[in-house]
Amino acid sequence: MPIVVKNLSFTYMEKSPYEKKALDDVSIQIDEGEFLAVIGHTGSGKSTFIQHLNGLIKLKNGNIKVFDIDLNAKKPDLRRLRCEVGMVFQYPEYQLFDETVAKDVGFGPRNMKLSTEEVDRRVRKAIELVGLDYDEVAERSPFELSGGQKRRVAIAGVIAMEPKVLVLDEPIAGLDPRGKNEIMKLIIRLKNTISPTIIMVSHDMDNVARYATRVAVFENAKLLYSLPPDELFANSGELSRIGLDVPVAVKLANALRAKGVDIKSAITPESLVEEILRVKGGNNA
Amino acid sequence: MLRDVTFGQYYPTNSPIHRLDSRAKLIFAVLYITVLFMTYSFAGYAACALFVVMLAVISKIPIKTLLKSVKTVMFLVIFVSVINILFYNGNNLLWGWWKIQIYADGLIFASKMALRLILLVLGPAILTFTTTPMELTDGIESLMSPLKVLKFPVHDVAIIMSIALRMIPALMEETDKIVMAQKARGADFDSGNVFRRAKALIPVLIPLFVGAFRRADELALALDARCYNATPNRTRYKILRFKWADFIATLVFLAFATVLLLDKYLIGMDNLIWGLFQ
Repeated sequence: MPIVVKNLSFTYMEKSPYEKKALDDVSIQIDEGEFLAVIGHTGSGKSTFIQHLNGLIKLKNGNIKVFDIDLNAKKPDLRRLRCEVGMVFQYPEYQLFDETVAKDVGFGPRNMKLSTEEVDRRVRKAIELVGLDYDEVAERSPFELSGGQKRRVAIAGVIAMEPKVLVLDEPIAGLDPRGKNEIMKLIIRLKNTISPTIIMVSHDMDNVARYATRVAVFENAKLLYSLPPDELFANSGELSRIGLDVPVAVKLANALRAKGVDIKSAITPESLVEEILRVKGGNNA
Repeated sequence: MLRDVTFGQYYPTNSPIHRLDSRAKLIFAVLYITVLFMTYSFAGYAACALFVVMLAVISKIPIKTLLKSVKTVMFLVIFVSVINILFYNGNNLLWGWWKIQIYADGLIFASKMALRLILLVLGPAILTFTTTPMELTDGIESLMSPLKVLKFPVHDVAIIMSIALRMIPALMEETDKIVMAQKARGADFDSGNVFRRAKALIPVLIPLFVGAFRRADELALALDARCYNATPNRTRYKILRFKWADFIATLVFLAFATVLLLDKYLIGMDNLIWGLFQ
């Protein structure tokens, strides 16, 4: 079991007028091979939650164990933890700094104190994995690249550390539909090659429905649900009560059902099309 | 963590003192410093301290929080006191060894200096605790407006000040994010000697500068897009008005200043109290 979180609570700026409870008694287990989507409003605690997973926020209340690293220990091995859990922040392209793409991607591996050859091997592998041409971009300045390329380079900088768990905070925010698709495909490719466990914060319910194996819903610092997407989106009333969106396919299916079409729940466009064809075929017969 | 640092030290409680006109508060702060410098008696300092504590109570600022603002000058206070105690030449020698002589007068002088420094920080601290940076710039702009006669660009200076103030929290947040992102990539900011640590900051500083220029560009565009130019006679959203409460506050403040000046020039409370003991 890679990640076990028990009774995690966290408050920002405790005992000041700006005090804010960000996490309240959150418990969850994340298994190897899962694609966990984390959804919730801004300020619902999801960012605070994922920042706990690789020790960026010091654990105050509760227990967290990542693989065999116990974050409750007096001095947890943060260096190893950060090699095991890679973290891609929102707008990661704003964190590029080095002179060349290759040097920037190599920052993580160099901090891991790997040999030069190993660093070079990982940099080449990471750049190619994110779909860029190593020979073309390696020696260029990251600031010359296009927005989409910058984001890929930034993601390469994290996966060059070859983490077993990859955490992404809104990796497709601010991209056009094609860019979103490409990054989602990239994430799946990473899941199949380097990081078998993916945790992704997202507001894009269509992609959550399509790719996630489980969805964690945060609301007011609490973990409300942790369900497979089809079970979660079957209850779209509850989601709209807390003000969260549902996938387009679910909306359409609900609208059809309201019109009296006898349709079962579908959460992706493909499964909806199949459902419609099934119902239509049934009518024709 | 940077996250725990609030910019300035505004302490939101919406007390009557918070609601006072920021111009009045600015003038009070300047007057307070002036009378404090004219005061040389313990009774006067006691009156100042009492006044500051009274303000803190009214503005609902915990005394502990208020005292924290003294921390920054504590080194200076101790340094000045020690120097004064050791090297003051006067009467009433208490203890002497080699070139160091400690006089009773020196002790009194040192404690007065220390009190004055501490009170000097506490008074204006009330101003920054109860006034947002934005209100302060508005107040300063309004107070500086007579300079317009001399063709001094008061409004431009004010807008530069308020943009700078507004950018600070945004940049701090950005720094926080970048530090986290680089830490997640194994960056180590807390070990090694000074040079190593300075070098470790490069991955933070470069994205921060790039981001600051990007923000400045965007802001300039947004200002242009809304036809901003610092024309005179711009109207404003929050208009500063001198209210009844401000008038009452002025009376209270003048009473306080009068007490201190009376003590200095007419009564001399310290001497009276000394007289009772002798």
